[in-house]
Amino acid sequence: MSVAGIEPRSAMSSPEPTVSQMTMVQALNLALAEAMREDPDILVMGEDVGVDGGVFRVTDGLYQEFGEQRVIDTPLAEAAIVGTAIGLCFRGFRPICEMQFDGFSFPAFHHIEGHVRRFRNRTRGRYTCPLVIRMPYGGGIRAIEHHSEAPEATYAHLAGLKVVIASGPRNARALLREAILSPDPVIFFEPKALYRAFREEVPTQPETMPIGKGVVARSGGDLTIISYGATLRAALEAAEELYDEYGIDAEVLDLLSVAPLDVELINASVRKTGRVLVAHEAPRHCGVGAEVIARIVEESLLYLEAPIRRVTGFDTIIPYFVTEKAYLPDAARIVRAAVETVGF
Amino acid sequence: MPRETIDLPCRVEWLSVLDAEGNLDRELEPDIPDADLKKLYRYMLLARMFDERCLLLQRQGRIGTFAPCRGQEATPLGVAYVLEPEDWFVPSYREVPAHLYRGWPLEKILFWWGGSEQGASPPEDVNDLPPCVPIASQCQHATGVAWGCKLRNDNTICACFVGDGGTSQGDFHEAMNFATVYQVPLVMVIQNNHWAISLPRHKQTASQTLAQKALAYGIDGLQVDGNDILAVIVAMRQAAEKARTGGGPSLIEAITYRLAMHTTADDPRKYRSEEEVKPWEAREPLVRFRKYMIDKGLLDDEAEAALRAEIDAEIDAAIERYENTRHDPFDMFKYMYAEPTPDLQRQAEELRIALEQPMPKPQRREKEVV
Repeated sequence: MSVAGIEPRSAMSSPEPTVSQMTMVQALNLALAEAMREDPDILVMGEDVGVDGGVFRVTDGLYQEFGEQRVIDTPLAEAAIVGTAIGLCFRGFRPICEMQFDGFSFPAFHHIEGHVRRFRNRTRGRYTCPLVIRMPYGGGIRAIEHHSEAPEATYAHLAGLKVVIASGPRNARALLREAILSPDPVIFFEPKALYRAFREEVPTQPETMPIGKGVVARSGGDLTIISYGATLRAALEAAEELYDEYGIDAEVLDLLSVAPLDVELINASVRKTGRVLVAHEAPRHCGVGAEVIARIVEESLLYLEAPIRRVTGFDTIIPYFVTEKAYLPDAARIVRAAVETVGF
Repeated sequence: MPRETIDLPCRVEWLSVLDAEGNLDRELEPDIPDADLKKLYRYMLLARMFDERCLLLQRQGRIGTFAPCRGQEATPLGVAYVLEPEDWFVPSYREVPAHLYRGWPLEKILFWWGGSEQGASPPEDVNDLPPCVPIASQCQHATGVAWGCKLRNDNTICACFVGDGGTSQGDFHEAMNFATVYQVPLVMVIQNNHWAISLPRHKQTASQTLAQKALAYGIDGLQVDGNDILAVIVAMRQAAEKARTGGGPSLIEAITYRLAMHTTADDPRKYRSEEEVKPWEAREPLVRFRKYMIDKGLLDDEAEAALRAEIDAEIDAAIERYENTRHDPFDMFKYMYAEPTPDLQRQAEELRIALEQPMPKPQRREKEVV
């Protein structure tokens, strides 16, 4: 599954990697290797993450470098991967758990909801779960059922967790490093559609990005498009079309974290543009967009010049892949809604 | 291509040292120093008297719902006795005797049943997890802790408690599976108290014993008289030694009986008969251990009375400490993350205003005159 001509392990084979153009898979792999070299208490555990290097090859080469005690091919049981990782935390380890697909994270959900997010509070800080739960996230890879969900709102609703969604190789590497260093449990979503979609310059030195902070992905003054994950690509594409075809200069925000939410960034942009569109691939009802809009209404209502629009997945099950494109928000749907918002 | 029986190298044993009347099997009697026996007896009596007092406190509305452990004191106590202080103990929620033995002050137990997280933070030097409410989920944490003990290679082990009902959960199976795959130093103790709230043991599983579930994980199973503290100690010593010397996990099924209700929120008369309970009253652990202590010359009526008076005073003092402790609602914001998020800081301020600021002056709307 490696991209033509590029061995994902090549970035890791030299002690001082000369890093340049990388896919998200390679960048994530680099972040894992860097962290594991620095801290012997970091473990990687999951299904097929060892010898096989993960079904998406994100953990490729780690087993060879760090051995079977630190890169652990577990039996097939998501609840046990997270449940035993909790116990490992109490002995001072920093497990990074891989859920093979986000759709399979739910057997582990009762440990995430019932324990991972609660232990610090339950024990007044005596026991904590500084683990990372990585999940390939979202649709768009023509996979079978349960391989295309976008459950970020489900996790973002759980106090005690931090929920991160990368949108490119460089921020994926920086955010994963931050997640690994975080004293709090982090749900780390990796958009499958972006794993090998494009390459980015990734600097040699490890870098981090603060969790809970978004970024302005494109500056503009006419309208704010708020997005994250794979949908950010559609939003950026739409912004170019809006500029070229409709003369609309959209600002695009990349949230990167959906819990905590960068409320300051959102409201600063909204106060500048007065018009807002939220785009994500997850279903609309009680989605992250609903919370984003609530925060805008609470803090910037009087700056609004048009009703806020949402371009999202529908409130349906994401269809099997023959028709999944109709479900996933694309640039055209975003452009249509943006034009209406600006013309209101 | 014949069809033949596979000779599995696993077995299930039954172990008891004191019989139902408290008579001793001298060949199996464990070597326990007199001072330790006295200490164990004191803790068993303390657990029983504290349990009875907690029931009263619940009836008086001074603690919340309470799950008594009456009749089940021997197993947690025997296991706690064998564990070293630096070992790990992962309970379900009916193992108060073990917590007390491992150093939890009585008021911590009261805090837990009294609705405060102060009761879920173990004392500083005690490697226990707090009571775990979602049934059997603690088994996974215990396997993880034991795995960590193995990776740390520091000679520590982990003991975990689960009930007969808990063995029906996937978590129990997954935890045993991981524990045996990775050969971690875990002792999994099933307290088979015959009832999971209202569901009897025979409806929980078609297995003849719970101990035999060990066979599926490639280890031996042991069934022990869980109301016989000596048998529990013998079994636990064997399992702890095995874990500590790299022999991997053990599964012990301790046969006991829940003499009281599941919790104070339920009435067992709805689902079980007095006739069923009666014989278990006679086989309960305190009566049998007391007879053993008296037979050994380590206890008499006078010593028992003195002990009871001492324990009563200890419980009184703990209740006073429990009832005189203040609880700060702002603590709810403190431990969600290592650092409170901006949102939580704002919400804490919102609560502060709600609690401290006077209400805005009423501004009644003028009645419109038509």
